[in-house]
Amino acid sequence: MTEHAATTLFDKLRQSHQIRQFDDGSSLLLIDRVMLHERTGTIALSNLIDDKRPIVNPQSVFCTIDHIADTTPGRPQLSRMPGGEVFIDAMRLQARALKLHFFDIDDPRQGIVHVIAPEQGIALPGITLVCPDSHTCTLGALGTLAWGIGSTDCEHALATQTLRIKALKQMRITLTGTASDWLTAKDIIIHLIALHSAAYAVGHVIEFAGPVVGAMDIEQRLTLCNMAVEIGAFTAVIAPDAKTLQYVENRPFGPSASTWPSARDHWLALRTGPLATFDSEVSLDVSSLAPAVTWGTSPEHAIPVDHAVPPPRMVDGQKDHSQINALTYMGLSPGQHLTDLVIDTAFIGSCTNSRLSDLRRAAEILRGGKVADGVRAICIPGSTQVKHQAEAEGLDTIFKKAGFQWGESGCSMCFFAGGEGFGEKARVISSTNRNFEGRQGPETRTHIASPETVAWSAINGRISDLRHCPYPGSR
Amino acid sequence: MEKFTRHTGNAVALLHDNINTDQIIPSREMKRVSKQGLADGLFANLRYTDSASGGRTADPDFPLNQAHADNASILLSAANFGCGSSREHAVWALQEYGFKVIAATSFGSIFYDNCIANGLLPVVLDGTQIDALNTGKPITVDLHQRTIGNSGRQFGFSLDASKQQLLLSGMSAIDVTLEYTGDINTFIARDKTLRPWVYSHQFIESTDNEHNT
Repeated sequence: MTEHAATTLFDKLRQSHQIRQFDDGSSLLLIDRVMLHERTGTIALSNLIDDKRPIVNPQSVFCTIDHIADTTPGRPQLSRMPGGEVFIDAMRLQARALKLHFFDIDDPRQGIVHVIAPEQGIALPGITLVCPDSHTCTLGALGTLAWGIGSTDCEHALATQTLRIKALKQMRITLTGTASDWLTAKDIIIHLIALHSAAYAVGHVIEFAGPVVGAMDIEQRLTLCNMAVEIGAFTAVIAPDAKTLQYVENRPFGPSASTWPSARDHWLALRTGPLATFDSEVSLDVSSLAPAVTWGTSPEHAIPVDHAVPPPRMVDGQKDHSQINALTYMGLSPGQHLTDLVIDTAFIGSCTNSRLSDLRRAAEILRGGKVADGVRAICIPGSTQVKHQAEAEGLDTIFKKAGFQWGESGCSMCFFAGGEGFGEKARVISSTNRNFEGRQGPETRTHIASPETVAWSAINGRISDLRHCPYPGSR
Repeated sequence: MEKFTRHTGNAVALLHDNINTDQIIPSREMKRVSKQGLADGLFANLRYTDSASGGRTADPDFPLNQAHADNASILLSAANFGCGSSREHAVWALQEYGFKVIAATSFGSIFYDNCIANGLLPVVLDGTQIDALNTGKPITVDLHQRTIGNSGRQFGFSLDASKQQLLLSGMSAIDVTLEYTGDINTFIARDKTLRPWVYSHQFIESTDNEHNT
């Protein structure tokens, strides 16, 4: 691939997959890999089977069970959703019948799709990957052009190995300044959404760039890109660099040794050229950011942890109804401080924040500490491999001694699927990505934060400012 | 896919920003591997007072439960309608309930494409246009002309030509794309020489009979 000074990372990713471009600006792109889970992949597969359409390249399709797998310790049941077995059974039958790669619930490669895709080398820089799941944008962290789709578009990708995408605008978000030790990618992305709105990047591909992104490890970059959909973006991408190469090398489904040099050359040429221009440029100095926590029912309803809940904003001279509703739903009044809010539950997990480094940092905060009386605390590793690695390091012992339940990998209580929930009006601090009404259960009140803030809040029994935590590991 | 050319119907408005697909159809209402049987769960948390416990007691405050919304087939909303989860069940539930058109100031990207894939017409308008249509009068949408209006006001809206064509024809997007199979195969053959590393796992995996494990 030639490096063109005026071409963006996204342009290069699109052009290297573009089979045709149409008059209306849309492009037919080659899709290199497809990931499926039991909740939305099964309907795509059953429709294809009903329509007698073959899957063009079964070797490019990877299936797992994550969304409604039972994640309580030892998985006493198959599904956490009443009646959910039908989805799991369907996935098993279809994956085997169609000869797709399949990581069943007891496979050591099982886990949340967006956690296992990088882990197994399914997601790679310079490829296109789609999955019927909105957080597929996570994988842009590797320089993968990856985006979430519906089940019908998924059928299209499976039956033709292509998808058509519309003309997209491009936005570069440059992160500058000096990040404090406790500042995480989660705080940064929540801050960005709150600053601009949940619909800010609709119709755009975001490229995250700048020295702060370069300094992030790959797992932090995955967290950053994970919530691109929560700011409305089609997806997000980050240019592959030396850290990316080191992360990707020797992954099971990555390049063979003989093709590695050509892969490496291709990937390092993907970065945006110095003369490239974007439809919009955003810059954020992260030096003065505080840990971020949501107060309402959209990720845009977020404030620095030490701030008071704001009054509803005014729109055309009237109070914003969605913010009034959010305050009512969350049981809050303007002026209340988040750090005065007592929590019922602390949850660490999800495709946003359940990778090994997330668990390591949370464990540092929990080491030697105890979850406050009356607080239910749960940690769900993002994949079976993360769980095994964490256990090999003794992290599970730290979590359990602190009073956390240590579960099996899956999406778990990031979303409520019926069955056991956190309870009505229960206040939850959660390392997940969505604080929508009812997301974690009927009338459950979710506050989103980094896993470190969740761990520190669990110890204190209320939403807490991580900056007041004694130096990690010193207690 | 259902063909869309022209439609006249009553509108109901849910004028909040960021109405997400969890609200349109809660996960627990997706009970089978099927596109059918979803209308009952549409907006369940908002539409019923007791849906959490499986109840179906209508909440009189919710617009869909009010008399003016009877037989409504056009939904008016605000910014970022259909954001959140990719679940296409949101579109299937809206269609099964009877909606043919959703007009909003912007849409969640995946939801928008899901609408197109199923023949539910997404129309992007600005806020003043939405307000002008929210009068209780029947609304007519013409996809050939790309116009939406009532007896008082009419507005044009934009839609990619390929999407407009797909909706007008009612064709499956897969069948449209399969007309380019020759181009696709030529592209892949060349790609295998340009990016051999994308395909290398397929040869390794052929010896790994993982389906017997």
